[in-house]
Amino acid sequence: MEKFIQYTITGLSTGAVYALVALGLALIYRSTRILNFAHGDVTTAGTFAAFALLSSDWSFGPAAIVGMVFGALIATGFYFVILVPAQRRDATALGQIILTLGLGLIIQGLVSYFGGTEPHSFPFPLSEFKIYRVGGITMSQLSAGTLAISLLSCGLFYLLIQRTRIGLAMRATSENLPAAQTLGIPTRRVLAFSWGLAAALGVLAGLFLAPALILDPFFMLEPFLKGFAAAILGGLNSLPGAIVGGLILGVAESWAGGFVSIAFKNTFAFLLIIFVLLVRPEGLLGEEFKERV
Amino acid sequence: MDLVESYREELKLVRRNWTKAWVGAIVVGIFLLPFYAPEHLVYISAIILIYSIGVQGQNILIGYTGQISFGQAGFLAIGAYAFGHLARIGVPWPGALLCAGIAAGLVGIVVGFPSLRLKGPYLAIATMGFGIAVYQVFVNSELLSGGRMGLSIPKLTPLFGMNAVTFAFYFNLLIAAIFTLASYNIISSYMGRAFIAIRDNDIAAEVIGVNLARYKLLSFGVSSFYTGIQGGLYALFLGYLEPNMFTFMESITIFVAVIIGGLASVEGSIMGAAFVILVPQLLSEFKEMVPVVFGVAILIVLIFEPLGLSGRWMKTRLYLANWPFR
Repeated sequence: MEKFIQYTITGLSTGAVYALVALGLALIYRSTRILNFAHGDVTTAGTFAAFALLSSDWSFGPAAIVGMVFGALIATGFYFVILVPAQRRDATALGQIILTLGLGLIIQGLVSYFGGTEPHSFPFPLSEFKIYRVGGITMSQLSAGTLAISLLSCGLFYLLIQRTRIGLAMRATSENLPAAQTLGIPTRRVLAFSWGLAAALGVLAGLFLAPALILDPFFMLEPFLKGFAAAILGGLNSLPGAIVGGLILGVAESWAGGFVSIAFKNTFAFLLIIFVLLVRPEGLLGEEFKERV
Repeated sequence: MDLVESYREELKLVRRNWTKAWVGAIVVGIFLLPFYAPEHLVYISAIILIYSIGVQGQNILIGYTGQISFGQAGFLAIGAYAFGHLARIGVPWPGALLCAGIAAGLVGIVVGFPSLRLKGPYLAIATMGFGIAVYQVFVNSELLSGGRMGLSIPKLTPLFGMNAVTFAFYFNLLIAAIFTLASYNIISSYMGRAFIAIRDNDIAAEVIGVNLARYKLLSFGVSSFYTGIQGGLYALFLGYLEPNMFTFMESITIFVAVIIGGLASVEGSIMGAAFVILVPQLLSEFKEMVPVVFGVAILIVLIFEPLGLSGRWMKTRLYLANWPFR
């Protein structure tokens, strides 16, 4: 039983990070119908920016914020410079997805060029080796901090979407773009804001992942794929679904790693994607749009 | 102008005499490559020929049938390892190569089943999951991957006293030529037209009598067969296999070749294969920049030239044919 709780808690803390990644993907998919294949790479770029600042003796808080802003700027820039012109030329949905893939490749190459492909260890104020014990259950300071910050940002994100004017505009835009335009909502700017916000959430996840994994230009690939799995599990166009999906995936993976086999842990997420897509493609909380000929 | 008057004419590979002349010249030029080009170039051309097979297969799936897939590395790995293990236990190469293709093709049909329910981005993710799962299975299973030392595969002994590179070039040229002819024929047959109908609108295709399930699965099967053959030839060419050749990046490379060469074009597939092989060769000093070039090429192609290199080639031909009129 103690083992069970232990695995659950570890899983929740990893799952919270997946939830942040999934939230960014779902936000972009919901508002622009684009699966953002560059999400992982934008995140990597932001994390590397923060790392570069930390190396030149900035303190952690400002460096993290600059990293998040940097990621957000890349995503917004991509939206304005590449996506909007592509949409003007009637790019198909598939074409737009491939555009994000192209962006991902560009960022990956540039990060390897400027950041170097050798792995770095990421200085972080919370330690992985300082351990709290409650009863028989242990938790490192890092994973406790990760869980707390992730849930806090999910909460703030919820308030932003549900209680502010910009959130209302975002919801309106994703619900019905032409109608939102007619009502005078500057949809381009709102969508650009969504892209930036999604990237910032991703960089936040990257900052928490960097100390646990090791920072190299490809370190986000796996968390990004897990985030994808989580977003699909919860339903790609549902924001609460992304959070629920992330937490479920984290816990399930931790159980699979603990009770079945550690080698099975990583393959699990991909099997889960295929299974969910076959049984219920719209996800747990999602609702897919019907299509006509 | 270019008026097709009968079905026979529609099925012809090359219609006009002029086209026959220059296509013939290009084929002869490629055939004589080892006589005038340096050995290094012949070696690279052999790799391009191997790649062009898989890219053609994926173009049948992505370009003609419109089913987006990111699982190429998985099929490639299955083909390569099937070939490798069969060759090691002494199966002669034609049998092993055929089995490699069939193994990948059968797995392709299984992977194709989600395509009956999923569309666009969802299918992309499901196939991507498949590709990565196959990679991880090979990484984690020493029995399949041959362990830490990798899997070494006996190479063919060159015939007619050619040197190894020249022989590999002609060997792969022969097989690539067979598969190129096969792709042209698939595309102009009923099967190819069914694929194109599914791409343009699957519901409408079903209404006019295309068996949607059969042709979607067939498209996955055929394309994976091609990719499996590519894997087998690659294994034979290198004589050595390790799981790290089949990462997600490999899927992306083949995908980039399809997009840059031009969707729904066989010539484009060959040009795309040449692009993805030549760019890393030219940029060997700046390895990190290879993905950047691929990415920029994708952006340029999708925004300015949606038909890719083959579209540009077609427009150039049209321009020259109509010169001086526009």
